[in-house]
Amino acid sequence: MSELSAPLDDHTAEIGETIVHLDHKRLTPAPPAGALEDMPVFKVNARRELGNVVMRKNLRFATHTIRQKRYTRIDEVGESRWQQLRTAAEQIKNRVGRHLDTYLEDVEKKFTEKGVTVHWARDAAEANQIIVSLVKAKGVHEVVKIKSMVTQEIDMNEALEAADIAAWETDLAEIIVQLGHDRPSHILVPAIHRNREEVREIFLKEMKLYGKPAPEDLSNDPPALADASRQHLREKFLRAEVGISGGNFIVAETGSLVIVESEGNGRMCLTLPKTLISVVGIEKIVPTFQDLEVFLQLLPRSSTAERMNPYTSLWSGITEGDGPQEMHLVLVDNGRTKVLADPLGREALRCIRCSACLNICPVYERVSGHAYGSVYPGPIGIALTPQLRGIDHPIDKSLPFACSLCFACADACPVKIPLPDIIVAQRHRVAEKKQASKRPHIETTAVAAMNWFWKDAKHWELALKAGSLGGKAMDAIKMRKIGPLPYPMSTWTNARDVPAPPTQSFRDWWRQERGEQ
Amino acid sequence: MDRPGEGLRVALFATCINDVMFPDTCKATVKVLERLGCEVDFPMAQTCCGQMFTNTGYYKEGLATVKTYLEAFEGYDYVVAPSASCVGSVRHQHPMLARWAKDVELEKRAEAIAAKSFDLTEFIVNVLHTTDVGAFFPHKVTYHTTCHSIRVEKVGDAPFQLLAKVKGMTFVPLPNDEFGLNTANECCGFGGTFSLKNPDVSVAMATEKVRNILDTEVEYVVAGDNSCLMNIGGILRRGKAPIKPLHIAELLAQTEEEAK
Repeated sequence: MSELSAPLDDHTAEIGETIVHLDHKRLTPAPPAGALEDMPVFKVNARRELGNVVMRKNLRFATHTIRQKRYTRIDEVGESRWQQLRTAAEQIKNRVGRHLDTYLEDVEKKFTEKGVTVHWARDAAEANQIIVSLVKAKGVHEVVKIKSMVTQEIDMNEALEAADIAAWETDLAEIIVQLGHDRPSHILVPAIHRNREEVREIFLKEMKLYGKPAPEDLSNDPPALADASRQHLREKFLRAEVGISGGNFIVAETGSLVIVESEGNGRMCLTLPKTLISVVGIEKIVPTFQDLEVFLQLLPRSSTAERMNPYTSLWSGITEGDGPQEMHLVLVDNGRTKVLADPLGREALRCIRCSACLNICPVYERVSGHAYGSVYPGPIGIALTPQLRGIDHPIDKSLPFACSLCFACADACPVKIPLPDIIVAQRHRVAEKKQASKRPHIETTAVAAMNWFWKDAKHWELALKAGSLGGKAMDAIKMRKIGPLPYPMSTWTNARDVPAPPTQSFRDWWRQERGEQ
Repeated sequence: MDRPGEGLRVALFATCINDVMFPDTCKATVKVLERLGCEVDFPMAQTCCGQMFTNTGYYKEGLATVKTYLEAFEGYDYVVAPSASCVGSVRHQHPMLARWAKDVELEKRAEAIAAKSFDLTEFIVNVLHTTDVGAFFPHKVTYHTTCHSIRVEKVGDAPFQLLAKVKGMTFVPLPNDEFGLNTANECCGFGGTFSLKNPDVSVAMATEKVRNILDTEVEYVVAGDNSCLMNIGGILRRGKAPIKPLHIAELLAQTEEEAK
C-alpha cells in the first residue's frame, strides 16, 4: 500500500514495467497497486503531478480545445434555449430524486416485464458478488465491457480478475489506460494525460501480451493507433459470451437502457455477446422516454462538444434473434441513498458525467485526475467523493479544499449543480470534525483568534492598530515589502512579496478626517 | 459632470483587507462616490464579511460576521464596497449561513441587506446609471476580471464601461490563449485559504495569469479586488516586473486637475 503512488510518478518512462513482472498469473494488465482512498492528501499528489510536464501539456491542450468547442456548440443552441434545457434537466433529475423509491420500483417492474433480471446491490461488494456469480454461471473466463464510471467506482475489473475472469476494456482511451497499467485521469477521456507517442509505445509493448499484437511498424498517427486497437479488440468482441455495460440513463416508463458513446465499441458490446450485464447507479433514472430529448441535447454538447454523439444505443428488453438473449440490470446504491438524504449534497446526484466541470477547472487542468485519489476527479469529484466515501481518509478530507472557488464549474454544469456550494458544505463537515477533535490544530486556533477580532468592531480595532504599528516599524527601517516568512505564511511568501502594511488604517484616517459617526 | 448620487446616503463597507492593508482604495472609493454626489458614511461597527470563515468551512464563525454586518449597515439605503468578492459573500453566503442556523428572521434580514449591497463599479453603472466619473489616467492598463465579480456578484461589463470613459488611458485587454479562450476571467489562483492549503497549484495558476499580464506590456494591472491583486502583485514584485497592481477605485478617483 505504501508504494501506491510509485507507478503514477512518471508517465513517460518505463510504462508498466513496475507491475507486470510482479504478477504473471494475472489475466489482464495490473493497475497501479493500492486503493485510491489510501493515496496521500491532495496537496502531495498535486505537487507530484505539477512536475509532470508532458501530462500538463497534454491536458492543457485537450481541456482548452474542448472548452472552446463547447462554447461554439452552446452559441449554436442560443443562450436562452440552453438555459431552458439546463433548467429542464435540473427539474427532471430533482423529480427523480424526490420520488426515487417509486421510480426504482417502476424500473424493476418494467425491466422485469421486458425479460430483464433486476438485481439490487447496496454497496460495491454486493454489486461485484452479483456480477461475478452471473459471469461464473455462464462458465466463461472473460467479458468485454463498455466504459463505465460505476464499474470503476466499485472496482469491478479487479473483483472479476480475482475470480479468474478477464474484463477487457473496449473504449479506446480505456484500452490505453488498461494496457498502460495506469488509472483513468478524466471521467470522459480517461487517457487525456497521454499523447499519441506514449500510446504507440504502450500498444507496441502490451498488446502482444494480451491478444493480437500491434503491427511492428505502428506509427503514432491517430488513425493507425485506432486501427491497431480495432484489430486487437475485434477478436475479443467476436469471442465474448458476456458483455458488461454501465448506463447513461435508464427509462422508468419503457424499461430502456440508454448508452451514449462515440466509437461504436459500445454497440459491439451491446449486440454481440449473448449475455448483457448492465451495472447502473440508482440515480440514473429518467421518468419518461420524452425526458431523453433534454439530456441527449445537453450531454454530447457538454461532454465531447458535439451536436450529437455518433452512437446512441437503446435496449428495451430482449428481442428474439437480435442482440443479447439474456439481460441483467444491477442497480447500485453504494452511498447514493446517503447523499440523497442531504438537501444540498443531493444536488450532485443530478450529474450526468459529462466532464464539463473538469474541462473548465483551473485546478484540474494543472494536476490531472491522478491527484484526486478518486474515480471522480475535478469539481464533481470533490463535491461527490467525500459524500460517497465519507471524510475519514486523509485524501477525502483534503479533497474539498482542492478548489479556488472560482465558480467556473457552476456556470458550465449542464444540470445546474451548485458545485461550489456543495464543495464549501463538504469543507464545513471537515472543519466541524477538526473543531470536535481534542488535538490542538493550527487552523482551528487561527480561526478562533480571527473570530474574536471580527465578531466585534472594538476587537477589530486592535488588529488594525497592530497592523499600523507593524507598518510604522517597517516604515522606520525603510522596509517596503514582506519577503519570505516562516510556515505557515511561507506557503504564501515562498513565491510572492507582500506589501508592507500602511502606517494608518482607513478607519483611523476617517476618524481623523471626519470624526466618529 | 453629472451628480447622479445627489441625495443618496451610502454606507461604505471598507472590507477588512482594505481597512488594514489598502486604505487608499477606501479613500478613493469615498472620493468617487462623493464626486458623484453621494453622501458617504463609514459605520464604525463594521468588521469583515466573514467569507474566509465560510469558505474554509467555519460556518459558526461566519455567522458571527453576518450579525456584525447587519448591525453596522441595517438602516442605510445602500452599502457600497470596493470588493465584488466581499459583496458576493454578503449576497450569496450570508443568507445561506442564516438558513444553516435555521434562523428565519436572520435570513430575511440578510436577504434584505444583500439586496442593498453593491460593489463600487456595479453601483455606479447599475444604480447611479452613469459611466463617466470624470476620471483621467494617462497610462497603459489591463484589467483582470476577478472570479467573484463575474460569476458570483455578476457585475457583468460594469468595470469595462467605466474604464471606457476614462480620459487619457490606453487599455490593453488580457490576451486570448492559443485556443481563442479569453484569459481575463480565468482565476488568478488566490482563492482565499486555497492559496495556503494548496500553494503549489495556486502559484502555478498565478504564474500563468502573470505571464498573460506581462504580455500586455502595460504599466498597471487593474482589478476590482485587492485580494486578487495582492496575489498577482506578489508574484510581479517577486519577479521585479515593472507592472504595478492597482484597484479600479484608485484609477477612477484620479482627475485631470490633480494630474496637472
